[in-house]
Amino acid sequence: MTFKRPDGRKLDEMRPMVAKIGVVPNADGSAMFTFGKTVAIAAVYGPRLLHPQHMQDPKAAILRVNYDLLSFSVADRKKPGPSRRSQEISKVTEWALSPALDLKEFPNTVIDVQIYILQANASTRVAGINAASMALAQAGIPMKDLVCAVSVGKMDKDLVLDVNDEEEHFEDGEGATDMATARLANSDKWTLLQLDGKIQPELYPKALSMADKAFAKIYEVQKKALKDVMEEEK
Amino acid sequence: MSAMNLSNLTYNTLLKMFAAGKRFDGRKLLEQRDFTVEYDVSYKAEGSARVKLGKTEVIVGVKMDVGTPYPDSMDKGNLMVSGDLLPLASPRFESGPPKFNAIELPRLIDRMVRESHMIDLNKLVITEGEKVWTVMIDIYPINDDGALIDAASIAAIAALQQARIPELNKDGKVDHDKKGTKKLPLNEGILPISFTFYKLGDSLFIDPTREEEEAADGKIVLGISHYKGKEHMIHSAQKGMDAHLSTEDITEMMKTLPKLYDDTLKKLKKFLK
Repeated sequence: MTFKRPDGRKLDEMRPMVAKIGVVPNADGSAMFTFGKTVAIAAVYGPRLLHPQHMQDPKAAILRVNYDLLSFSVADRKKPGPSRRSQEISKVTEWALSPALDLKEFPNTVIDVQIYILQANASTRVAGINAASMALAQAGIPMKDLVCAVSVGKMDKDLVLDVNDEEEHFEDGEGATDMATARLANSDKWTLLQLDGKIQPELYPKALSMADKAFAKIYEVQKKALKDVMEEEK
Repeated sequence: MSAMNLSNLTYNTLLKMFAAGKRFDGRKLLEQRDFTVEYDVSYKAEGSARVKLGKTEVIVGVKMDVGTPYPDSMDKGNLMVSGDLLPLASPRFESGPPKFNAIELPRLIDRMVRESHMIDLNKLVITEGEKVWTVMIDIYPINDDGALIDAASIAAIAALQQARIPELNKDGKVDHDKKGTKKLPLNEGILPISFTFYKLGDSLFIDPTREEEEAADGKIVLGISHYKGKEHMIHSAQKGMDAHLSTEDITEMMKTLPKLYDDTLKKLKKFLK
């Protein structure tokens, strides 16, 4: 029997997505991205001169990402301030975004990307990457492509797209496997791959091809939001 | 040795050599260095092991203590993995608050051990809902010559395999004078091991020396087991560094990984007590 999703979605159906540009007027670029009840906002500051000076790279800009959950975004209040989890996610988000950027254009500078989760219902890091990718584009940072991110789950034996909270805790059969993925929107370049759970090696490429199909849709949502804001500015 | 940055010359030489399928030490690109496992690093630990993988050396100790269960797992014991990149082990490690690599190492081992269900946490309950065993795995590199996470995974598994539950005294505290006799409850047939694939140019390779590791553009850490002896299962994955991976890279890894695991497991089993 195939896995029945608690919210009635089809296995390869994402939650409704909303994308909005310019949510932080002070920032050089900013965006919000949602997967259903998961809400992420991102702000970009820079490129700006990096202090202290000894941290500067004379060959390229440094991308510096900070990801965190707001204290009230989760059921058990999250103690404010960085945790090991948030530090790890910040780093993998840096790696997910940097292949899309042309950092060599801005030596000695830093590009700060701040990502915060306002409301968490699983898949927060991928929502954050989608928001950050749009924020970087709005900030006018030279980019080879947008970055699209989505989570793929494996519930017992079935693959599902865009995992939610309830699914994350599924325990029957082979249990729940959570796979966070990101790729450049228009080329076969995976920039984020994370996995927790139990999955047969031969099934992993199938999970990635499920994500592949989602990226086309996420890309359209991102592109439309960026176009809309350009229309408004005209 | 103490030069901190890889020279362009070394990088380009390695790039060419890997493209031709060659390495300085004569290994194939997907060939692991030989390793040894020793036990009893500290008799004060519930279990401990030392792994030497080439010149890389890692020690892992398991300590256990009575704790309270987490609210979301009242019927289970607790697992904690931590570690530190001691400045003792490399000129590249510094004292002070943990840098990213020092955070990543224990977290990846934690996820591999936890998700594989190697430890039967359900059997670590002392009083339902009140008192449970906390298993603490601590990882310390002694000498870093690359592939720390992979070496640490072998050491962690070996230490867990021979860990004994300590005895409790009358007031329910750990009796440090008595040696435990009961083995840590493990689920049979689950021995996860981590393999990190590195990418340099278009070449994929495993088990790098420090120099090869520093030359790499990208990597992905994969934790795998032959789950309950039935089928291979991947339990954890994390891509690192700025380079991207292609679908072809991943498909190739998925094909080679089970065999790599089987070979390493065979070697590891010779050392298991």
